[in-house]
Amino acid sequence: MGKPRVAIFDFACCEGCQLQIVNLEEELLDLVGVVEVVQWREAMSEYDDRYDIAIVEGSITRPQDEQRVKQIRQIAKVLVALGACATTGGVNKLKNNFDLQEVKACVYGPDASKPHLDTGLTKAVGEVVPVDFCIHGCPIDRDEFKYVISSLLLGNTPQIPPYPVCVECKSKGNPCVWEYGQVCLGPITRAGCGARCPSNGFRCFGCRGYADNPNVDAAIDVVKRFGLAVDDLRLKMSLFNSQQGPTLKTS
Amino acid sequence: MGIELKINVHHVTRVEGHGNITVEVSGGQIRQIRWEVPEAPRFFEAMVRGQHFTDIQTIVSRICGICSITHSLAATKAVEKAMGIEVSPQTDTLRILMHYSEQLQSHILHIGYLAAPDFFGVPSVVPLASSALEAVKTIVRLHRLANEWSDLLAGRTTHPVTLVPGGLTRIPTEQQLRDLKQRLEGATKDLLTVVDVVGSVADRIPRFERPTEYVSLRQLDPPTYTFYHGQIGSTDCQGLVPIEQWHSVANEYVSDQSTAKWCRWHRDSYAVGALARFNNNAQLLSPLAKDVAARLGLAKGCCNPYMNTIAQLVECAHVVETSIQMIDGLLQKGLRQERPRSRAVRPGLGVGCVEAPRGILFHQYEFDKKGRCVAADICIPTGQNHANIQKDMEALLPQIMHEGQDAVRQKLLMLVRAYDPCISCSTHAIEVRFL
Repeated sequence: MGKPRVAIFDFACCEGCQLQIVNLEEELLDLVGVVEVVQWREAMSEYDDRYDIAIVEGSITRPQDEQRVKQIRQIAKVLVALGACATTGGVNKLKNNFDLQEVKACVYGPDASKPHLDTGLTKAVGEVVPVDFCIHGCPIDRDEFKYVISSLLLGNTPQIPPYPVCVECKSKGNPCVWEYGQVCLGPITRAGCGARCPSNGFRCFGCRGYADNPNVDAAIDVVKRFGLAVDDLRLKMSLFNSQQGPTLKTS
Repeated sequence: MGIELKINVHHVTRVEGHGNITVEVSGGQIRQIRWEVPEAPRFFEAMVRGQHFTDIQTIVSRICGICSITHSLAATKAVEKAMGIEVSPQTDTLRILMHYSEQLQSHILHIGYLAAPDFFGVPSVVPLASSALEAVKTIVRLHRLANEWSDLLAGRTTHPVTLVPGGLTRIPTEQQLRDLKQRLEGATKDLLTVVDVVGSVADRIPRFERPTEYVSLRQLDPPTYTFYHGQIGSTDCQGLVPIEQWHSVANEYVSDQSTAKWCRWHRDSYAVGALARFNNNAQLLSPLAKDVAARLGLAKGCCNPYMNTIAQLVECAHVVETSIQMIDGLLQKGLRQERPRSRAVRPGLGVGCVEAPRGILFHQYEFDKKGRCVAADICIPTGQNHANIQKDMEALLPQIMHEGQDAVRQKLLMLVRAYDPCISCSTHAIEVRFL
């Protein structure tokens, strides 16, 4: 049996998650030893359309991109969504909070009606084709990437935490950033990042999407306890989780 | 005499984002030559509206994975200007140190992973891992150092989490800075190894000169090879333009031959990036950087766009050497724990300008009395370079079209890569054209 053939694709995104793969540095050389990378436009000129595992980064925003990701799905035995833009739509979904014609006019002015500037609603990859595995985060965590890919190669199902970031943050003994007047999404956001942001004194802004059964009511209670505005919580939840899950209505 | 060429590169590889090259020559006549950008537009300027000023840098960092620190810094500076917040000298120095880590990361990525395969005649860095393992390992070591340096200052490698209006949420310890200094001192040896390797293949760099306007930040007080402070300068004029007047520099226009919007200042196009900074500020480089430039034959006034990659390597030496001095300065004064500064929220407009690894970057935001963003305007370096790439191609093709399809194709690809375009940054009115 040959090595599994891997292809990496990107749609609308900053390509920062692919960069985390490059940032594996020496370990990437090890990984390249056990799989065959057959297509990766950002890093290689080699090109082959026969692959087993497709790693897809970015959001789907245009009809031609929907077609392309459907073709990828047809070829790939396993499809992995890489990073927030692919797993939840990420910051790209902020766009869906506005009227699309108005969004285009805002950025492109009188040129907005040109066909190549056309854009549709931002979708996560899983809203267009079935996704087998998600690697969450903006950007992805390199260790989690290694874990998911090596699980896949070994035929195991990777276990991604269903609980919120607060669990990891507390176990690290971090001072709670709510104490410093920040609206933190740790109580409702999926863990697995090692509470990277609050460990640096920065609020969690929800880049890994919601935890399973997120307790938004509890988050609202926390906001009130610290004398902060529920509207601020709503706004923070829109950053990476617009138009999905328990989005709070404007109060 | 009928030269026939038909080149259609649909998605240039080994660049950040999506770009196409189309060339058609028949009977020795150039029918078309075009640099196109079909990247999916992402509408950041529309998306940030309504968001709080403390969240702007978190959102716009996502414009680009490779220069996320730069975008965050430009946004943070703009927000601070709008809100009337001045940061401490210590914050300022630590931010510049953070910014330098990204210059090294981005430049090494481009030189080692994206551009180098062309110099060795291979399709990617993968074959080099067996044919030139030591050189690849040196690049990997430098890239890792740059990333761990970002981790230390920015909280992580990509999309910083320590940067907030008014200051930093976390600063390194003095011991961590001493360790970093030691690693930077060790890195100069690795950089010189890269200089030797690049020097050994320098004859592969095409010889092509086209008189060009180069635009970058310039800082007079104190005179600095600047990435972070200063005003807008150009090789076409003596005076400096305040960053608030950036619209008068990046004049967007519709070209006669294209529906695309391009940028121009004193000529039909201008270039930004490492070569632009070098051409404006080379006399202010650190001693090691000047030495590297001399060894690789780069001199002020160079108008060969392919030499941008060399200018990047010169800047790698500069940021490493200068950072060692900056760390010494910080340690001499002693680090103080500071809370980010704040002021009463007010309505206002602010401009932030820094040098991205790929060139000068402008961010502008306007906020209402609750500190919510009402308007944003972002002008990215690659957007400013697109017109210049097109003009270079038009000048280059007649000189090389007798060399045959493969050579022409390769030189055009190398030209695009030399600009190190960052097409995902396409947030603005980029020139986009489909056939």
